Amino acid sequence: MSEALYQSIVLESSRNPRHAGRPDVFKAEGQSENRMCGDKVSVFFNGAELRHEAQGCTILAASAELMCEAATGKTTGEIAILSDKFEHLVKTGQETPELGELNALASIAQYPSRLRCATLPWSALRDAIARAGSTGGPANG
Amino acid sequence: MSTTLLPLDVHAIRRDFPILSQKVHGKPFVFLDSGASAQKPKQVIEAMRFVMEEQYANVHRGLHYMSEKASDAYENVRDKVAELLNAGSREEIVFTRNATESINLVAYTWGRTALKPGDAVAVSEMEHHANLVPWQMLRDAHGTELRIIKITDSGELDWDSLEQVFADGKVKLLALTHMSNVLGTYTPVERLAKFAHEHGAKILLDGSQAIVHRAVDVQAIDADFYVFSGHKLYGPTGIGVLYAKAEILDSMPPFMGGGDMIASVSYQKSTWAKPPHRFEAGTPAIIETIGLGAAIDYVRAIGFENIAAHEQHLTEHALSTLSGIEGLRILGAAQDRGGVISFVMKDAHAHDIATLLDRQGIAVRAGHHCAEPLMGRLGVTSTARATFGLYTLPEEIDALATGLERVRKIFA
Repeated sequence: MSEALYQSIVLESSRNPRHAGRPDVFKAEGQSENRMCGDKVSVFFNGAELRHEAQGCTILAASAELMCEAATGKTTGEIAILSDKFEHLVKTGQETPELGELNALASIAQYPSRLRCATLPWSALRDAIARAGSTGGPANG
Repeated sequence: MSTTLLPLDVHAIRRDFPILSQKVHGKPFVFLDSGASAQKPKQVIEAMRFVMEEQYANVHRGLHYMSEKASDAYENVRDKVAELLNAGSREEIVFTRNATESINLVAYTWGRTALKPGDAVAVSEMEHHANLVPWQMLRDAHGTELRIIKITDSGELDWDSLEQVFADGKVKLLALTHMSNVLGTYTPVERLAKFAHEHGAKILLDGSQAIVHRAVDVQAIDADFYVFSGHKLYGPTGIGVLYAKAEILDSMPPFMGGGDMIASVSYQKSTWAKPPHRFEAGTPAIIETIGLGAAIDYVRAIGFENIAAHEQHLTEHALSTLSGIEGLRILGAAQDRGGVISFVMKDAHAHDIATLLDRQGIAVRAGHHCAEPLMGRLGVTSTARATFGLYTLPEEIDALATGLERVRKIFA
């Protein structure tokens, strides 16, 4: 289907996010921006909890939401593995059971110009984790 | 709507553009992104093939048959450009890579000599980055000031703001778009040139969009500088034009040093060739220049009066069709506007619109269109943009509208 990318889980995640908004307290904030289009996303890392603030397209907002959902409660080591698997998913389109609802973004592989929309939140998350680490942040890695 | 009523035989024209018969994602290719770069007719492709296969050598150098043929063909395009713009003489036409390079050339040479620290350059809120960043760089390197003329909510130049910007007499250059690449607004260039001259300033016009859609007469406008790119005018990439009045070019130092731009060279001192060669260092884009010549022949044979009428018809059709789509907002409402239409849709980001349209074979641009400050002024971060060319059919605008209805349903 030509519009596979915009399936209900993607639209729903972008419209009704449960992990959106800047928290009052957090250990580190990571940011990532696509200079080409101006879309940007912040990820707030607070130990086991993750939140995001995405300004941009549906794919960016959905990816940020699905990422926060999937990565919440995970250790930084587990997040790194998840991040690699997600990267593989969006580049190849090959779904894997461990990725759960993140598989909804598999068809981004057919839209090379939109790949960065999906990976931007993950860059911001890696940035947040690195910052948390450098300031003696969470020890749950 | 019937295409038989169009001022042009668009179906015949489309047969000149081989790429337009392709399918994209299994759908007929609907190309509505000519404002970024236009497609090329066979005549341009053939002219470039011909020069490479049958008439190629370096120009202005060899005392041999092929070099003379290539030099004649290359210099002949300077005459074609001079005619296209109705320049006073062929020596007022400088070949560059594109409009961006033309503006940088002016900023770097004229800007650093004719302008003094404390003088001001005025641009508008609806400039492409190409007509903003070079003046910022000049400001930072040379101590000139950069002033911004506001636009109205309808997307037209705000004349009160223009007068304010000029009030203290410091503005020495008015650098403006002739047609906005986001809003489609034409600026009243004759009035603006008169205004600038009455206030002791020169005027530079970025004609990248306008040159494609209207006959441009630099003498009637009384433009001091006029720039455009070949690739938007159905020509190849890598060739652009700077027009400047002869006395201004005469006063300008070179931009880049090298071969072709000198009169004499010794280890102690070099002297510069006369314009335009003073500004064309090194082997030029010979093949692309000849391609531009073919593109100019092509559009002039069709006639700008016909092209303008056709595109006016398309623009009116698009404005009425698109404004019927629920939740769609067209940006800008200038009285004098052409075939560049930017829009936003409720709940749908421009990139999602572009991706979904692409899957239906429809190519539009989405993003900030190299005009980030204008996006801020309009209160948006990005827009989707449909732009028309002489090969655009009203049916393609209908296809866009159908596609947008699908997008709306997905995001509803």
